[in-house]
Amino acid sequence: MNLPVIIKFVIDLLAVLLLALGIKGLSKVKSARDANRLAAFAMSLSVVGLLSYYLGTSGIAIQSWIWIIIGSILGSLFGAILAKKVPMTSMPETVALFNGCGGMSSLLVALGVAIFPISGGQENFDFFKSLINEVSISVSIFVGAITFTGSIVAMAKLQGWLSTPGWTQSKVRHFVNIVFAVASLIAFFDLINGNTSSIWLLVIVSSLLGIGVTLPIGGADMPVVISLLNSYSGIAAASAGFVVDSQLLIVAGAMVGAAGLILTQVMCKGMNRSLVSVLFGGSLSAESTASSGSGEYTNITSCSVEECALTLEAANKVIIVPGYGLAVAQAQHTLREVTKKLEQNGIEVVYAIHPVAGRMPGHMNVLLAEADVPYEQLKEMDVVNPDFPATDVVLVLGANDVVNPQAKNDSSSPLYGMPVLDVQEARTVFVIKRGMSAGYSGIKNDLFDLPNTSMVFGDAKKVLNDLIGELKDLGVGEK
Amino acid sequence: MSFISLLWVLLLGSLLGLELIGKVPPTLHTPLMSGANAISGITMLAALTLIVKAEGNVPLLIIGSVSLGFALFNVVGGFFVTDRMLAMFSRKPSNKK
Repeated sequence: MNLPVIIKFVIDLLAVLLLALGIKGLSKVKSARDANRLAAFAMSLSVVGLLSYYLGTSGIAIQSWIWIIIGSILGSLFGAILAKKVPMTSMPETVALFNGCGGMSSLLVALGVAIFPISGGQENFDFFKSLINEVSISVSIFVGAITFTGSIVAMAKLQGWLSTPGWTQSKVRHFVNIVFAVASLIAFFDLINGNTSSIWLLVIVSSLLGIGVTLPIGGADMPVVISLLNSYSGIAAASAGFVVDSQLLIVAGAMVGAAGLILTQVMCKGMNRSLVSVLFGGSLSAESTASSGSGEYTNITSCSVEECALTLEAANKVIIVPGYGLAVAQAQHTLREVTKKLEQNGIEVVYAIHPVAGRMPGHMNVLLAEADVPYEQLKEMDVVNPDFPATDVVLVLGANDVVNPQAKNDSSSPLYGMPVLDVQEARTVFVIKRGMSAGYSGIKNDLFDLPNTSMVFGDAKKVLNDLIGELKDLGVGEK
Repeated sequence: MSFISLLWVLLLGSLLGLELIGKVPPTLHTPLMSGANAISGITMLAALTLIVKAEGNVPLLIIGSVSLGFALFNVVGGFFVTDRMLAMFSRKPSNKK
């Protein structure tokens, strides 16, 4: 072994180690930020390792340098700008966009190698080796294309640029996707048989498959899909590693692929859905409204902001249940002001965070942290559930299905079995909501009919602002 | 590297990934997803290899460069956005504006 090979070997090993430590550190709150930087450092280290290897062996042509610099500057610049500008509420679609571009990158590498076989490879043609090469190229293209188009569709749907077309809710979509899948298989085998031109067929049908699979999925299930696509982009990277013969790529890609799968699993559990039903079941509301349309509310109590403020003032312990509606209304900062007032009055305030509150697990934590809510006040579902009976007031803000008692009591409900927050155990529950519309599951919420529940109708931000005013009038938090 | 040893690398890498994030608090799911997503941009190394080995083949250079751009968009954007999220967790309530 000559020196450049040894240096690259050592650097690669170090990079893998640091990446692993980075992912590990990302799973603890205290070390997460440093771990993220460590992973970023490991990535730059791997680039240095690769470039120094080529400088020490074949050398890098000026022309190559120019294209390297153009590509890196443009990519990094746009990435950095987007990352700095994007609002925290749009985090899921941003992750989807980044993810799609990673898939596109793997796709392009495989395409490049397929159309223009890299010179300087093995001189003696080896059938086995070339077969592996073709398989890994095909897998890279297939997975890369699905990741790219799937992520872009996911992003567009979350942004509201794309709605769910009617035909995708019927059984037709399965037929269409099966056609795409079979066509990709045909292209795949054709490609391995040495018919290079079918590579374009593979690119087209796998792109269409990515669109066809993602398009029917409802907004609420989208985070699961993004997580799954994130796992795919790892697989795409790993197969690109087989294409260019890089162990580092394979390890890193495999780690991301495996980690993404676990996260997907966790999310499905939190929403009480199986991965299969997310991918093939279409949106939940389409089925459930037909089957369980028994939902008429009979005992709704609505109350004014003033009453709500009076009850809050008299409370000792308040639990806030934030949901996606809070994020949409951009009301997390206003909420923080309300809770600050309550705390100044000696009232204990805790936030109950359902595992899938917000749009992704942990999304709500990010949004509340942005509004300066102390980390210690965020309680996870299992920790906070025993506290509800000893709680005076629960404020439900833009959350719906995650506080539906049906999930515990009604075995015929589609929600049955989903872990929920037991807010109905508290003395008084205020639900701040725009109207009586159902949550994303489209299911009636029995909580609203309970005698200890009062509805405060209105936009979350406006209601909270009014609440601040009322609390001020009551002299709460003005010591 | 022989294909078989690359398969071993794939297997061990997957096991490592499964093992590493076994127990993650839900708080960190979004940042973790975004951080892992940034790491999947490691395909930038494949793009770099493509450009270096292109040997003056302009279409290949362009494909490699575009691929590198996409990958770095993923990597740089991913790490920055993760850092932004995590910065919020480490911020003490005392030093707010």
